[in-house]
Amino acid sequence: MAEYILKRCLALIIIVFATAFIIFTILYFTPGDPARALLGASASDAEVAAMNEALGVNRPYLVQLGDFFYDTFIRFDFGESWVYGRPVYEELAARLPRTVLIGLSAMVLNLFFGLLLGIFAGTHGSKWQDSLTMAIAMVFISCPDFWVALMMIVLFSLKLGWLPPYGIGGPEYYIMPIICASLGGIAVNARQTRSSILEVYREDYITTARSKGQRESVVVRRHMLPNALMPIITTIGTGFSRIVAGSAVIETVFSIPGVGTYMLSAINGRDYPAVRASVLFFAVFTCIVMLVVDLMYAFVDPRIKAQYSRVRRAKVQ
Amino acid sequence: MTKTIVKQEKTQIEKIEKSSFFKETMQRMVKGAGAKVGVALLAVIVISCLLADYIAPFSPTEMDFTALFAKPNARHIFGTDGMGRDIFSRILYGGRYSLALGLSASLLGTAVGIIIGSIAGYFGKKVETVIMRVMDIWSSIPTLLLSILIATALGEGFFNTILALAVGEVPVCVRLIRGQILKERCKEYLEAAESINCPKAVIMFQHLLPNVISPVIVHMTMGIGSTITMAATLSYIGLGVKPPTPEWGALLSDARAHILNYPHLIMFPGFVIALTVLAINLIGDGLRDALDPKLRS
Repeated sequence: MAEYILKRCLALIIIVFATAFIIFTILYFTPGDPARALLGASASDAEVAAMNEALGVNRPYLVQLGDFFYDTFIRFDFGESWVYGRPVYEELAARLPRTVLIGLSAMVLNLFFGLLLGIFAGTHGSKWQDSLTMAIAMVFISCPDFWVALMMIVLFSLKLGWLPPYGIGGPEYYIMPIICASLGGIAVNARQTRSSILEVYREDYITTARSKGQRESVVVRRHMLPNALMPIITTIGTGFSRIVAGSAVIETVFSIPGVGTYMLSAINGRDYPAVRASVLFFAVFTCIVMLVVDLMYAFVDPRIKAQYSRVRRAKVQ
Repeated sequence: MTKTIVKQEKTQIEKIEKSSFFKETMQRMVKGAGAKVGVALLAVIVISCLLADYIAPFSPTEMDFTALFAKPNARHIFGTDGMGRDIFSRILYGGRYSLALGLSASLLGTAVGIIIGSIAGYFGKKVETVIMRVMDIWSSIPTLLLSILIATALGEGFFNTILALAVGEVPVCVRLIRGQILKERCKEYLEAAESINCPKAVIMFQHLLPNVISPVIVHMTMGIGSTITMAATLSYIGLGVKPPTPEWGALLSDARAHILNYPHLIMFPGFVIALTVLAINLIGDGLRDALDPKLRS
């Protein structure tokens, strides 16, 4: 088991490095002069050149890349924002809790309701409950997240006046963003859960469990779900990466000062240190959550444990 | 007697020769209620966007200063925006861009994915390991973020947006193809092709590909829908096609500032996007069932 965890952690580190490399490279080769964007069109060429010098963007690619890696991974320093002059780290630290809160809550909702609806539909295979749940899921998969968010603002804030339309404040400000961030994921998850449940529904061991006289709820929980879980776990992983990326847009819709809005405003202002740090944050956040999900699953599923102990045994022989 | 039997056989053979894989799949697909609805919906949307020149009551850029922010009425059935432009006409013309974006980005992503995936699956060993690890990293950055980054790097514009959207489709497609090829790799027909010294490219794309393409077709169909959504998202945050273009996401983005006062500006374009994506997803679901070997009788 330790071997499995170690292997996964190693993979995580490689992925983080590679992501950092990709982000840096894409931004490096982005046309457009950051200094020109910062100083405005009225700046003289000499001023722009001086600014480029000060930012260090006219150095060779490899030197800049090395610097970026050294600063980020050894000194844990993300640099200063080119636009505001404040350390990116401070800004991220202030905004991070909001994004993490929305992401993780949406993830929990996604898991809970996705599984619940999927099991409900799967165990009612091809009855009206199944068709209705799947039709609703299909509708939510098809709606763009940000449009649902906008429509919710119109309905719950403008027409009904129940919830504040945007900004931050008490917990009521987070209700709509969290729901919007999770809706699409719930639908995807419910569909996957349903089809996985249907796959195992007619297996012999389910019949055996039923013929033992076990209650249906126990059959579902003990026999169906663990066996149907593998494809669901994969969907949860991709679902989470969708939630994370979607949160950038959801934050924009609800004007929440999180990492997503920071990233988008940094992109518009060509504030590269801020862009790099926030995209890296999103990638790391996704990877860590996926790692945790995988590890949890490995603990639950005896087959993965067995796989690793078998590998070791084979090596010993 | 024998003549009639021969005749029967002949007609049977003709029947088999006439029906193609494509035709059979289509027939099976439209048996499902969902797929029927999907095809009908999509047909209506696509045809009305293509015939926008004849259907649209106004030009997408024509400004009517007597009717700014008009609520839906008999003259402007979806209302008008802040410059008095007819929303319905703009949706019709914008649909051309959105549909073309979705289709071409999905096609491009899938094509690249098929090539890389076939190479990984067919050659195996080190080539496969390297390609799959690269794909792991590629897909570890959330698709939308990657598209945002690429769109930033390339700048706005129709073709740049297609590239930015296609990038996210590649790794999924590579995984799908490679997974299918793994199942197929040790079949006899491949060995036969290899034994007569068939070129590798011919084996990969002429012999292997037709046997592994089904799930990719399903994925691509669904991909058109998700790409349309993503294109809308990109233009909503200001990274899509250039502003005067009435692409669906751009319509939403324009309306963003007026949502509190004029919700109809948001409602209709979003509704059309949702409807289109729904139609495509229904077709995708139908295709999946039609291509599923377990369900094929």
